[in-house]
Amino acid sequence: MRYLFGRLMHLLAVLLAVTILTFMLVNVLPGDIAYDIAGLDASEEEVQAIREELGLNRPALVRYVEWLGGVVSGHWGQSYRTGELVIDAIMTRFPVSLELVIIAQVFAMLLAVPLGIVSALRANSKIDRVITIGGFFCLSVPNFMMAIILIYVFGLWLGWLPVTGYEPISEGLWVNVRTFILPAFSFALAEWTVLTRVLRADMIGVLQEDYISMARAKGMPMRRILWVHALRPSSFSLITLLGLQIGALIGGSIIIESIFALPGVGRLLIGSIFARDFMMIQGCVTFIALAYVVVNFTVDMCYALLDPRVRTARSHG
Amino acid sequence: MASLTTRDELDKNSGLEQENLEAQESARSRRRFGPFFWFPLAWLGFIVFCAIFADLLPLRPNDEMDFTEISIPPWESETYWLGTDLQGRDILSRIIYGARVSLTVGAVATSIGMFFGLCIGLLAGYYRGWTETGITMGLDTVLALPALVVLLLASVTFGGSLKVVGISLGLLLIPAFARVSRANTLNFAQREFVVAAKAMGARDLRIILLEILPNVVLPVAAYGLVVVAFAIVVEGALSFLGLSVPSPVPSWGGMIAEGRESLGETPHIAFIAAIVMFLTVLSFNLVGDALRSRLADLRESAV
Repeated sequence: MRYLFGRLMHLLAVLLAVTILTFMLVNVLPGDIAYDIAGLDASEEEVQAIREELGLNRPALVRYVEWLGGVVSGHWGQSYRTGELVIDAIMTRFPVSLELVIIAQVFAMLLAVPLGIVSALRANSKIDRVITIGGFFCLSVPNFMMAIILIYVFGLWLGWLPVTGYEPISEGLWVNVRTFILPAFSFALAEWTVLTRVLRADMIGVLQEDYISMARAKGMPMRRILWVHALRPSSFSLITLLGLQIGALIGGSIIIESIFALPGVGRLLIGSIFARDFMMIQGCVTFIALAYVVVNFTVDMCYALLDPRVRTARSHG
Repeated sequence: MASLTTRDELDKNSGLEQENLEAQESARSRRRFGPFFWFPLAWLGFIVFCAIFADLLPLRPNDEMDFTEISIPPWESETYWLGTDLQGRDILSRIIYGARVSLTVGAVATSIGMFFGLCIGLLAGYYRGWTETGITMGLDTVLALPALVVLLLASVTFGGSLKVVGISLGLLLIPAFARVSRANTLNFAQREFVVAAKAMGARDLRIILLEILPNVVLPVAAYGLVVVAFAIVVEGALSFLGLSVPSPVPSWGGMIAEGRESLGETPHIAFIAAIVMFLTVLSFNLVGDALRSRLADLRESAV
């Protein structure tokens, strides 16, 4: 309970810091937003009126507290450009980002689990070393570069998959998922290396347990031992890491979404940055940070719930 | 009876020791610097040399447009070794000047992160108690911010330039370095030589700077090389989005973004920059990793 409380306080502190930082950065943006809205030929009075209307002439602290209160109660403000409600704009785009992240993690798992098992089973063998070195190579390819390579090979050269664009799920499941394959692989091809390393380390430990020798001694097929008896106890840190990476991917999806023209939160953020739509920027950054922090918190909690050792070790240490 | 057992034990022990020595020997030979250390190091040396002496090398100006040779791939051009881009500019020259951007951001950001991270980590690891609690709390907060998003905001707010990207990325790197330095400091803070220095009445500052720092600085520096790779990737991402150095200045990420426009017709524009960037990032990773495991080895044998 004390652990939960501590983590919760920490969560709140982080969120507060995020909102302060975002607000500070966004509000020193060069260019007076009131001039932008009023247009080029507006008189000084008109600009002044707009400032009054938006409340821009009040002290920053007052505006911050007001905005924060709005965020807590679900009123995230309104775009100065399009008049769209920030919370609506984010909520219509969030499912796209979420789908991208989930498909990416599924791909990463499909790569990581077989490779992790193989390299644990044949630790320090030639194939293990090939996997490790291959991982090093993949890890050194930034995801935007991976996206370019995938677009070139599968989109332009082989012509198997659409290069950009997004089809809603109402057009059919396959049509929808097809557009996510390349973006998701741009993430997954770097992601699997970390997952494989963790799974390999855990599994090498598990394979030395007595019950594995026992299973082997009574003649159980190796495949069954690996997939049923060894994978489950070794997948613990793997699942934690998988959760933690979801948080990181939400941040990383900014670039991938804009390369593949997927209408997610990241693309909304980039668009708002170039349009200097600062209510929207504020909202998007807060939302991404919120998602990131909440995911990390949830993963931490699940971990502590499942494994009492973590709970005690952390509350004492 | 007693002598027998000791004799037995001795034999067993020496056998064990023999095995241990052999194991250590094989581990060491596995970690001896191989081609995966020397080739990357040579590449890094080459890139750094080119970046530093770019003005002295016989290169074409990186913004000179040759309208007779636009988007020429390297294998079709005799005057341009790496071909030309969409505006007829020399890719070789742009790659080398782009290396300046990437390496400067890598070096500046890593130095800032390492310096402040070391200070914070040493303090947290040495004093423990509430100092440590407070510092960890602050670090966790910064680590919870999505780094790319903060960088985007910073470069939009203050304008994209080498200085802004380098400094803001450096500030974001502090927590990672602080964590590594703290973990290393904890290893040494309770060791005999520190206790001895305390017993002799040395001041805290002296102990931290002269007793602990020399032990901590090497592993942190090895980690720094891996961080340089990370910084280069992040700078690449920013300039890919057009939010790092402004447009005519060449940068690897910017070149990849330009080449992306005509990926189907002239893939060489994006891929030359991508390959150079990949090799550089990979080299920093490999060299950093090799040094790290080598240092861990040295420490093991010293204990």
